[in-house]
Amino acid sequence: MWVLLLLPFVGLLWVPFYNFQDPVLFGFPFFYWYQLAWVPITSFLIWVVYRSRTPDEETP
Amino acid sequence: MSADIDWIALAVFIFFFALVTVMGFFAARWKSGPVSEHLDEWGLGGRQFGTWITWFLVGGDFYTAYTVIAVPALVYAVGGYGFFALPYTIVVYPFVFAVMPLLWKVAHAKGHVTAADVVQGTYGSRGLELVVAITGIVATMPYIALQLIGMGVVIKAIGLTGELPIVAAFVILALYTYSSGLRAPALIAFVKDIMIYIVVLVAVVVVPAKLGGYSAVFSAANDAFTAKGGATGLTLKSPQMLAYASLALGSALAAFMYPHTLTGIFASKSADTIRKNAILLPAYTLLLGLIALLGYMAYAAHIKVASNNDVVPALFKELFPSWFAGFAFSAIAIGALVPAAVMSIGAANLFTRNIWKSYVNPGISHAGEASVAKIASLVVKVGALAFITFLPTQYALDLQLLGGLWILQTFPALVFGLFTRWFRAEGLLLGWALGILWGTWTAWSNGLKPLATLSIGDTSYVFYVGLGALILNVVVAVAGTVAVGLISPRRVVAQS
Repeated sequence: MWVLLLLPFVGLLWVPFYNFQDPVLFGFPFFYWYQLAWVPITSFLIWVVYRSRTPDEETP
Repeated sequence: MSADIDWIALAVFIFFFALVTVMGFFAARWKSGPVSEHLDEWGLGGRQFGTWITWFLVGGDFYTAYTVIAVPALVYAVGGYGFFALPYTIVVYPFVFAVMPLLWKVAHAKGHVTAADVVQGTYGSRGLELVVAITGIVATMPYIALQLIGMGVVIKAIGLTGELPIVAAFVILALYTYSSGLRAPALIAFVKDIMIYIVVLVAVVVVPAKLGGYSAVFSAANDAFTAKGGATGLTLKSPQMLAYASLALGSALAAFMYPHTLTGIFASKSADTIRKNAILLPAYTLLLGLIALLGYMAYAAHIKVASNNDVVPALFKELFPSWFAGFAFSAIAIGALVPAAVMSIGAANLFTRNIWKSYVNPGISHAGEASVAKIASLVVKVGALAFITFLPTQYALDLQLLGGLWILQTFPALVFGLFTRWFRAEGLLLGWALGILWGTWTAWSNGLKPLATLSIGDTSYVFYVGLGALILNVVVAVAGTVAVGLISPRRVVAQS
């Protein structure tokens, strides 16, 4: 599961993936909405990893 | 004082400033503990902040006032390239999730207050502790100065001139930080962040509606960049791509090495608090992405500014009534107070624990630590104020840039020890030194630009100096560790 945490690095640091204007969404060029879309996706991926791990033994 | 003071905006501004000042002094009694008797109380708010307080506190001191001014200014100036702040503040969270709970556990178990405490506890090396502490303090000072610049921009937009308003604001900040410690910015962060959320959500809905929608905003910016030419545009030119990605990655790795962000981590109640925050904090990143677009909205609104930093205030003054502009400016100014307070506390903790206690008075009591830190926080703030008042603004910007590459060089010493005990202090120290030297020299010889160029054959690669210096740092640390292992076999490593 922890490998999911690497996806945002791949998706965002390999710039040729998304360095285009088209397709435009709600007036936003692809470059912009693609990167903004990674914000909720990253939150979701971290949440998935959080849920899958064994919780800390101590809960203060 | 100039004649064109915006009185309504000024009144709103003073109202909110007075509100947070009262809160700042009141904070000493909030979730109360003996603030002056232990550094854990003054410097870490009692190590008890749960998920929501930590969310507001870290959100408040990581996404600073200067960000709200500078990111749109950069996007306005160069276009898509300025957007690197977005991938930067996304990839930082998987890192925070994976690493910071481990750091918290070590700090919590051993009672560490600073990064340098953790390094000393792991490697038992006074030398490594000292360089981590000094790097933290030196990198933080210009960052505080930058918050003052951000505050200065909005105070100027209201129509006040001269140094007096900003000096007054900072003296008030210094006094309540002195008396309340980390509780003050933690409490004020609630007000600041809610105000910023309101301002940005209103701006991103109302402004495009007034200007003809996002298509019009992007096409106005596109036209402006086409006319401007050079390395500007809505998307990146191919040589900019590596620079963009390496700036994002390098900044993300550096972000939680700073004393102010680590203070937020150490002040958390549990490791789970930090994990939940790694999931929730990206909400601020969404906000930052929308704030960045204010730079393009300025083109659609035909704003002309003398200095790029005036883009955001000028846009608000142009499109909103005075009272809302005043509200927005208060949000930005208060947004400067929270990080400035946390930064001075983080730097004061480092000075107290790793310089004063280690070298001046090893037998210092807990109450003694708290009072040394309180005075150190005043000195740090006065230093930042003097910096801005007496030296050219550009110095603060240049030093902050160098500060980012310096703080990144403490990464191996702080983070590697959480996963392996293989590294030796001598190797890490040598890696730190060469990383700092090469990075500073390269940035300096490029006219204080954060980018370095490497030519292999016919192709040249442009990348972030800090990341290059970190790679050098790690290589040297590995080589140094191997060499030291050959010269002197491993002795007892961990202590305390």
